[in-house]
Amino acid sequence: MSDDGGLERRSTSLFGDQEVALVDLLDRLLAGGVVLTGDITISLAGVDLVRVSLRALITSIAPVERPSAAEARTVASSVDRPQLGSRHG
Amino acid sequence: MSDAVTYVYAVTRGADEATVAGLVGVGGGPVRLVASGPLQAVVGDVDREEFEARALEERLEDLEWLAATARAHHHVVDAVGRVHVVAPLSLATVYYGDDRVREVLEQGGETFRAVLDRLTGRAEWGVKAYARDRPVAPAGGSGGDRPRSGAEYLRRRRRELREGDLTLEEAQQAAEEVHAAVGALAEATRTHRLQDPALTGSTERMVLNGAYLVPVEAVGDLEALVASLAEHPRLRVELTGPWVPYSFAQVDVS
Repeated sequence: MSDDGGLERRSTSLFGDQEVALVDLLDRLLAGGVVLTGDITISLAGVDLVRVSLRALITSIAPVERPSAAEARTVASSVDRPQLGSRHG
Repeated sequence: MSDAVTYVYAVTRGADEATVAGLVGVGGGPVRLVASGPLQAVVGDVDREEFEARALEERLEDLEWLAATARAHHHVVDAVGRVHVVAPLSLATVYYGDDRVREVLEQGGETFRAVLDRLTGRAEWGVKAYARDRPVAPAGGSGGDRPRSGAEYLRRRRRELREGDLTLEEAQQAAEEVHAAVGALAEATRTHRLQDPALTGSTERMVLNGAYLVPVEAVGDLEALVASLAEHPRLRVELTGPWVPYSFAQVDVS
């Protein structure tokens, strides 16, 4: 399943935001940019993307059985998801 | 929209309304400019109630909302950044109205100008490297010759883990060299958190997640360098970009 070089190569994104992986974008948006104290402040600094994505994944699994945390982790790493958030297109 | 507040995407200079005409921003609304002297803030209206409700949450863990907001934010900043130098603002910066934005532009004018000067003629590039999986015998179960005993299974498993450690260590060292080589072409570098396999969808461990502020004239060298790493025995290297310089606009004006 993971021979050398056999995995998908993520295309270089030349300003086309459709090609930008959400995880790469969030790396930058959550840890970058000019920080101004807005009038309304939404707390983003501590967002744990792994937890967020696991939660999204768990809620997207058919509600027949609720997987334990360990199972959810297995699912998360084995399911073929090139980027998070593609679930709803 | 019951009551609107002003969402700020970026600060730029030299832009006019034509730059932002037709852009769709966060929440689906149009994008406009708020000007102060030579600077313009790229802004749009968003729903006040929605943002106030989000602000009350201790920590934002709504992936749907986060993803949609990030995409919309990026779409606007990226579109303006193609034409003008931009200082992107961190995600979800919201003011009660355009007057407040104008005030912030005036107060932070000098800082914004310095940031824009520093970013002119440069773009951000991302270089990610993953440790290549060394082909190892399957750890029992999935075909191949099965271990004859539990002891043999454990022996094999230990050997695999040891080899795995070695591979990872070598890859980490190689990644440091790549980081240094790319960094030599860049005016500034930053490393982001290594992405968890749950996020990358790859079984390979990420060993480098670097951001590099590269002058336009060095982009050819960067691309040649990354291309030369395609057959690296330890690493699989990915290049992304050009990005608007999100990772290098990090000043605190508050």
